[in-house]
Amino acid sequence: MSAVLSTPMAVPLPAGGILTGKSWSAVFTAIVVVAVLVPVLNLMTPADSALHLSDYAVQLIAKIMCYAISALAMDLIWGYTGILSLGHGVFFALGGYCMGMYLMRQIGSDGQYRLPMPDFMVFLNWKQFPWTWAVSDSFAAQMLLVVLVPGLLAFVFGFFAFRSRIKGVYFSIITQAMTYAAMLLFFRNETGFGGNNGFTDFKRILGTPIATPSMRMLLFVITGLTLIGFFLLAKWLVTSKFGRVLQAIRDAETRVMFTGYDPLRYKLAIWVISAVMCGIAGALYVPQVGIINPGEMSPAASIEIAIWAAVGGRGTLIGPIIGAFFVNGAKSWFTQAFPEFWLYFLGALFIAVTIFLPQGIIGLVRRKKEGP
Amino acid sequence: MTPELMKAGALAKIEHERRIAAISGGGGGRETSYGRIVQPGQLDVAHGAILYLDDITVSFDGFKALNALSLSISAGELRCIIGPNGAGKTTMMDVITGKTRPDLGKAFFGSTIDLLRLRENEIADVGIGRKFQKPTVFEHLSVFENLELALKADRGVRASMFFRLSGEQLDRIGAMLLLIHLKDSAQRTAGLLSHGQKQWLEIGMLLMQDPKLLLLDEPVAGMTDEETERTAELFLSLEGSHSLVVVEHDMKFIGELTQNGKNGKKVTVLHEGSVLAEGLLSEVQANEKVVEVYLGR
Repeated sequence: MSAVLSTPMAVPLPAGGILTGKSWSAVFTAIVVVAVLVPVLNLMTPADSALHLSDYAVQLIAKIMCYAISALAMDLIWGYTGILSLGHGVFFALGGYCMGMYLMRQIGSDGQYRLPMPDFMVFLNWKQFPWTWAVSDSFAAQMLLVVLVPGLLAFVFGFFAFRSRIKGVYFSIITQAMTYAAMLLFFRNETGFGGNNGFTDFKRILGTPIATPSMRMLLFVITGLTLIGFFLLAKWLVTSKFGRVLQAIRDAETRVMFTGYDPLRYKLAIWVISAVMCGIAGALYVPQVGIINPGEMSPAASIEIAIWAAVGGRGTLIGPIIGAFFVNGAKSWFTQAFPEFWLYFLGALFIAVTIFLPQGIIGLVRRKKEGP
Repeated sequence: MTPELMKAGALAKIEHERRIAAISGGGGGRETSYGRIVQPGQLDVAHGAILYLDDITVSFDGFKALNALSLSISAGELRCIIGPNGAGKTTMMDVITGKTRPDLGKAFFGSTIDLLRLRENEIADVGIGRKFQKPTVFEHLSVFENLELALKADRGVRASMFFRLSGEQLDRIGAMLLLIHLKDSAQRTAGLLSHGQKQWLEIGMLLMQDPKLLLLDEPVAGMTDEETERTAELFLSLEGSHSLVVVEHDMKFIGELTQNGKNGKKVTVLHEGSVLAEGLLSEVQANEKVVEVYLGR
């Protein structure tokens, strides 16, 4: 053995760094597209030009980018750690509600009733804000809540679930129950979040009108950069030893325990990170789409997030982002072209992916590259 | 108060003062042992035993998998454990590693660490490594990454996020790859290894943890004769610096382990959840009860 120790390392090392040179240039290109190309094509190109990007397209891409962030968050917990969450919609919606509350306060006295309180509170004849709205007029405080509320819920829920060693399909089922329970809670008017109508009809953000082209573009750029930033963060996480422990938990959790790692801490850490990412996605979604209601907490909404990740390719990070764009892009085209066939197409798509593309779109691309 | 009681009291007082004087005199004698500081959580094998099981009973729905099992392993010992299927060998390992909680009994690692109070990962962290019956490696990670994860280092979340291999650690992994004959497969995905190679990888992962005590559940199952021989050599080279508990069915392997290396190695025979016989392999093989329940040929 001494011979080995005296000779310098002969073991081929895994590639260092979180991305290869080629991937870095792709990331750089993405940043340029989001922060320069899209704004130029939308704001500075005349509307009759072939290169003009319509407001509709910008809004659609922005919406899908928010979905892509949640799909990315789903990949961390499902693709890498092997924990299928069917309740990520609740984190997305909570982030959205925190942003929505601030936007409701920004309406001021411009609501239907011309009163300083949000319309639904006036309608319910409330004279003062419930305690949950205590800091809702502060942008900074609400942005902090965008992170804290989903993070705290995930922490408490995850702590008890993982400590009780709830795994596999049982975990998925209780996450469904969690989002369903939250939906029922938010449907009630007494909860103080607008009941089944939720929040809408936003006017301003930070005192600036929200519906102007430049504000829309600003939100678009912020969303795009957040998506790219989260992609890099996720990439860093999964290429670190932390990420390898997560994959080890997915493959053989008992071995991880008997190697001296506490799976509870690792699962809880990635679960909370994933939930916070979803919350931020929700907060970016609300001002651009202009509405948040308890529908975002429906079990189906959460299942859709898992579907984007599966279609794109689990455990690849870029796959779920592509999956979110592919499924939602197809959805917006189909629902215009053949509105009555969309659900059939969706069903067929999932059957096809499950049977023919277990590794998703990314798996197909990789197989093509490696040749038959 | 009767005179007898007063007299007894006076005598007791004189005796007590004498003892106090003897201790404060600071001199020799057995009192010095009280001065040795026992540190909770630190492995202490001053009394010779590294693993001590006493009266361990585990029952599953009334079936006693372990029935008042008592066993003691000395520091540096290589102990083979044999027994027919269902004798409780794996359950015993489950108790030691914290996977199963016994209904009754005590389990100590050294003289200070109560294993029944610790969780699986904490037990691994104090220095007990376990190899499973079915080789368990991280199938989607490379051989190198498998060893890297097992390498003794801070197991915390944040430490893992910012972990970087030092040159020394890299050398250790390199040395281990050579030892387990997987150097050429370092970048292969562990799931693609042969059964025997997986066994070796798992043993390598175990050694990367720097355990004081190794529990090896059928380590040579599925190995070729040559691999089995090499495994025996490896275990014998660990004897002394590590304590090993080997559960095996392969009598040839047991023979190789007990007849080479240190002399006087004991074999323990388990039957129906308790120790049936313990002694040298030759003694055990000659034992009538053992022949009846197990060796039976």
